[in-house]
Amino acid sequence: MIRYLVPLTLFLAIVAFLAVGLNRDPTVVPSPLVGKPAPEFCMPRLKDPGDTVSRSDLLGSVSLLNVWATWCVSCRTEHPLLLELASDGQLPIYGINYKDDRDEAIRWLQQLGDPYIASAYDPAGRLGFELGVYGLPETFVVDSQGVIAYKHIGPVDAEAWQKKILPVVQALQKGGG
Amino acid sequence: MRILRSVILGASLIVSFAPCSAAQFTFNDAAQQKRYQALINELRCLVCQNQSLADSNADLAQDMRQQVYDMITTGSTDREIIDFMVARFGDFVLYRPPLHPKTLLLWIGPFVLGIGSVCLMIAVVRKRGRATIDSENALTDTDRRRAAEFLHQTAHDKDA
Repeated sequence: MIRYLVPLTLFLAIVAFLAVGLNRDPTVVPSPLVGKPAPEFCMPRLKDPGDTVSRSDLLGSVSLLNVWATWCVSCRTEHPLLLELASDGQLPIYGINYKDDRDEAIRWLQQLGDPYIASAYDPAGRLGFELGVYGLPETFVVDSQGVIAYKHIGPVDAEAWQKKILPVVQALQKGGG
Repeated sequence: MRILRSVILGASLIVSFAPCSAAQFTFNDAAQQKRYQALINELRCLVCQNQSLADSNADLAQDMRQQVYDMITTGSTDREIIDFMVARFGDFVLYRPPLHPKTLLLWIGPFVLGIGSVCLMIAVVRKRGRATIDSENALTDTDRRRAAEFLHQTAHDKDA
């Protein structure tokens, strides 16, 4: 009896590892910035180049920092949810328009709606580089102290919002941001 | 017409082997050039995750190569450049994962499993080998006698 148990146990152990491992997305790269303060930045605003979006804008309350572009197809799929969140007024959403054309980006927002308090215009991707952006869309949860609390890779869908991002936001807001 | 087609096909095959990086960076200093080459082969492209910065055509790879170039020419050390990339993109940007407690299993695992399986195999083969010598199914004296009788009889039958 024991003879059969040993290979069976080994097999079950392998199955367990595979069950966990194969269900993960290998292309998601965890960010080293989580838990660290967001980098200092000061970028021109997308719609109003004379004005800026900077790190200090993020201070004072829990906010979302969403990296988007007109050429990013998945950004469109998460856009309605962002609009909903913006109209609910749960937390401010700032955008980073990454490696994009200013006029096209403005037109995109006009067509699809603008959930952002303001979008930083980052045509060279410098700010994106500082944030370790590698695949749009990416969304950061920044606490009121400017510390990056969470990073979500890929479009924010209802499930990701409910199960992963909202709990972080709520915990931060309860703890005083 | 056929000749023209072959020429075009041949030419496009030759061109396709040319290195594809968008902009090649050149240094005045050969040592710097060497460092640059070594670094862009050690760093991974986060977009095309199976390629190094040297091989990848992705936009981000170009940005990262530019960053490496800028940092070398302004006097940063290799360590500083690597730390810069890791600080923004994480350990995954290194082709060789760093050795610390979290990655210990990753580094040692294969050796442990390999050596473990070999030891297990040796143990099992040894046990099986010994089993045929001193297990319950060794021949008893009665068995030997019966075997001898059968053999004797068969030999007889053959002669007869």
